Formats: sequence, C-alpha cells, structure tokens
Amino acid sequence: MSGMSKIVKTISNIIFPFITIFGLYVIAHGHLTPGGGFQGGAIVASGCAMILVAYGSLWTMDKIKEKQLSILESLGAIGFIGVAFLGLIFGLVFFKNFLVNQDTIPIFNEIGKGLSNINTAGVLPLMNFAVGLKVIVGLFVIVLVMAYATRPNGGEIE
Amino acid sequence: MSARNVVAIIFFVIVAMFLVFIALMTHPFGDPGSAEMDQYIIDNTQRETGADNGVTSVVFDYRGFDTLGEATILFTAVAGVILVFRRLQK
Repeated sequence: MSGMSKIVKTISNIIFPFITIFGLYVIAHGHLTPGGGFQGGAIVASGCAMILVAYGSLWTMDKIKEKQLSILESLGAIGFIGVAFLGLIFGLVFFKNFLVNQDTIPIFNEIGKGLSNINTAGVLPLMNFAVGLKVIVGLFVIVLVMAYATRPNGGEIE
Repeated sequence: MSARNVVAIIFFVIVAMFLVFIALMTHPFGDPGSAEMDQYIIDNTQRETGADNGVTSVVFDYRGFDTLGEATILFTAVAGVILVFRRLQK
C-alpha cells in the first residue's frame, strides 16, 4: 500500500497530535472519567493507523521496526504484571491496591470524593498506563503487519 | 439400533431435560436477581480504591484477573497475526 496524496498527508499531520493527546488524556483520566487503558489505547492506535494509511506501509516500516514495537508491548505487559506482583509483595494479595489506604507514600493516598485529583486511586493509574501502552502498540502492530504483508509484490514467495 | 445410538439418545434426553429445567428456573424478564454486589460496589468503591470511576475500579481492582486475561488475549492475537503474515514476507 503506497502513500496517498499531499492533501491527505497534510491533514493527517495536523490532526495526529490532537488524536494522540486525546487518547493519552483518556488513558490518564481512566480512574476519574469514562474510559481507561483499553479505550484510550484504541484511540491512539487509530491515529497511528491513520498515519499508516496516509503515508503507506513501506514508509512506516522504514521509520519504525516491529522489533521496537514488540519490545514496547512487552514492556506494557511486564509493567502490568509487575504492578500486580508488587501488590503480592507489599499487600500479600495478588492485584492488591497497595498504594491506597496506607501512610508510607501519602501522594497516592487520597480518597476520591467526587471530582478527585489525578493522584488518587493508588495503582489504578499505573495499571491504566501499562494496559494503554500495550493496547496502543498491539493494535498498531496488527495493522502495520497486515498492511505490510499486502503491499504490491508482498504476497509472492520468491 | 446400535449401542452407540442408544447412548447418544440417552445423553441427548438428559441434556435436553437439563436445559429445560434451567430455562424454567430463570427469574422473570425485567426482574433483577440479587443486587447485593452492585450495592456493595456503589457504596464502597470510593473508600476502598479511591477511584471515582466505578467501572475502572471493578476492572482493575476487584477483578484484576479478568483484565490480566484480556491482556493475554491481546498479546496472543498480536503474536498470531505476526506469525501468520511473516510467512508472506521475503
């Protein structure tokens, strides 16, 4: 799949930062407003897919390797399971929310009372970020690999 | 009629009776069953998890294992797609 015209590339360049920032907002406020890691990750991944469609899979594959994306997605998964194991270490229960209702690190200890701050809810924002990174990279890798495999002369085995 | 068919018919009748009894035991449409879990989450989610969004507190705190399974499913899907389409390249 080759790139599209100059108009499409320009418009994609303009609206791609807004899509990314909105998706990161949905991820970061997942414990306060509707949304979360999966939904915000899907938004950012759709923005990356728009860049992929506008510029073509060859250009995108030139700029970014799937090895790096694989490392990023593994980082997301390791972060998620790592936070869960930290709950096992500090709270004696797997997936324990060990940063809330404690006195050691008071910055994460605020209890929500409607319209809360972003540092409430203990480990929930960290898990949201981990899952968000995982969903962003996972969905983008799926679209990128499928687009790259269906490029002209891409399906032939030589 | 062979023994295999007899066993199959008996098994079918047992499964059909099971399904009919289950269908008769369900509560009527529109009548909520037990609502104690809903009320517990509505009452305690802010005090126990500190999150305003009850859905996120259920997904990431009360039922973290479910989210772990979802993440594993996503990882498996990505690995499968890469495995299938890499054979077409090169």
